Amino acid sequence: MTIKAIQEELIEEFAMFDDWMQRYEYMIDLGKSLPLIQAKNKTDDRVIKGCQSKVWLEAELKEDKMVFSADSDAIITKGIIAILIRTFNHQTPTDILNANTDFIDKIGLKEHLSATRANGLTSMIKKLKLYATAYQAKLNS
Amino acid sequence: MFDVTTIRKDFPILSRKVNGRPLVYLDNAATSQKPQQVIDCIVDYYANYNANIHRGVHALSQEATDAYEASRKKIQTHFGIAKSHEVIFTSGTTHSINIVANGFASILSANDEIIVSQLEHHSNIVPWQMLCKTTGAILRVIPMNLEGGLDMDAYQELLCSKTKLVFVNHISNTLGTINPIEFMTQQAHQVGAAILIDGAQSCSHIKPDLAALDCDFYVTSAHKMCGPTGIGMLYGKEAWLEKLPPFQGGGEMIDQVTFEQTTYAGLPNKFEAGTPNVCGGIAFGAAIDYLNTIGFDAIANHEEALLNYATKKLLAIDGLKIYGTTKKKTSVISFNIEGIHPYDIGTIVDKLGIAVRTGQHCTQPIMDFFTISGTVRASFAFYNTQEEIDIFVAAVEKAKMMLS
Repeated sequence: MTIKAIQEELIEEFAMFDDWMQRYEYMIDLGKSLPLIQAKNKTDDRVIKGCQSKVWLEAELKEDKMVFSADSDAIITKGIIAILIRTFNHQTPTDILNANTDFIDKIGLKEHLSATRANGLTSMIKKLKLYATAYQAKLNS
Repeated sequence: MFDVTTIRKDFPILSRKVNGRPLVYLDNAATSQKPQQVIDCIVDYYANYNANIHRGVHALSQEATDAYEASRKKIQTHFGIAKSHEVIFTSGTTHSINIVANGFASILSANDEIIVSQLEHHSNIVPWQMLCKTTGAILRVIPMNLEGGLDMDAYQELLCSKTKLVFVNHISNTLGTINPIEFMTQQAHQVGAAILIDGAQSCSHIKPDLAALDCDFYVTSAHKMCGPTGIGMLYGKEAWLEKLPPFQGGGEMIDQVTFEQTTYAGLPNKFEAGTPNVCGGIAFGAAIDYLNTIGFDAIANHEEALLNYATKKLLAIDGLKIYGTTKKKTSVISFNIEGIHPYDIGTIVDKLGIAVRTGQHCTQPIMDFFTISGTVRASFAFYNTQEEIDIFVAAVEKAKMMLS
């Protein structure tokens, strides 16, 4: 599936819910299926820093595709990173770098884009794309 | 007569909705909301007599100067300060602290000691660390105990002839602990040290009598006490303010300027370089008038009732732990629920229209002490109600249900 198709799928899934509580509960559930980063990889260089909750993110390249794993000490944050990883997992670095992430607004999580959320989506997306940039460079070398 | 329903009508923001629900504002320790009286004062200034002050001969400039200086006198009277030029307008608490820290750079020598407390806000730790780095002075820390109070025995042991300055907050922003500043001032003076008290968290709850307290410096911000942001106060005893060098150079703070030499203006102008926050200064006075109209005794009574009610209701939630349990505390409750991250609770209660703070509250040493990553902090003001606490507690219960 393309990134775009996965995003459409997520928008549809979230559209089933009438209110924010159900959406949040679903997001928390999605967090439970997050591919977890190995404990030994929870190092400082894999942390997305902020003062609210901790997020660790790891990326590998398998057969030219990116494979992500992550974890967070806050479960809402875990749900958010799970949603992002679902869209970007098993995609090529180039596709990830070209992807836009407007779908977040459409699934009703716009508030997490605010600059005051130090561990907000913006910095997670940045870190995901940073890994993609690094692996793209590696593939091209 | 204190009537919270009438008081709430003074605050336009309290009738707005957040996420489709009536706003419940419980982040008063971060900043207070503003009554119409203060908002009107700001509008009136810009609509009717905006001018630069202390220099123009024209009518507007004189009106603005008079209002600004009248506000300084109001602050002087409110805090029981002996002389109006001991009141320095600053941009806020942090600015005030930096003026003193900068001034002490020329007073301290290597191996002198500065004492701070473990309860301090980051903004109260960093300037002293910087100062110690430049002067070779040593930073000592008064440890806290499990209730969130300061260890006074340890404080007395730390004080010695090398101590030049003690720095402590009047009230902890994270835990609400009221520190024994009268005792701490006396003790500091016994070894010849100066004491600077950070009143950022106290002045909306308590009316400090600085004449009786006899501290050397006291600092606060207007925005925590119903005034605007960007304005605050540095109180310093005249002798100290004379002794400290100016912090910033510029207009207003000079007496004579030639390219060979500049002589500084007297107090308070020496510390008020450039065009000041005229509107802010005037509105600071309006905020003090407003608080005094309500009355600090009435404020304290109402807030104490809210604190007791909220503490009791929150503690009934299974697994909830409150940090900061000293007998003398203000209406701040920092807490966690076992197994749940404070950020998650904050996010859910925000969706329910409630504003609380989550995280470390700029007090990492306190978090380290309790070995936690953060807390949820609810802080109440005189315009909060018992009903709002019911809404808040129900929201915390809902969050707990969703998150466990």
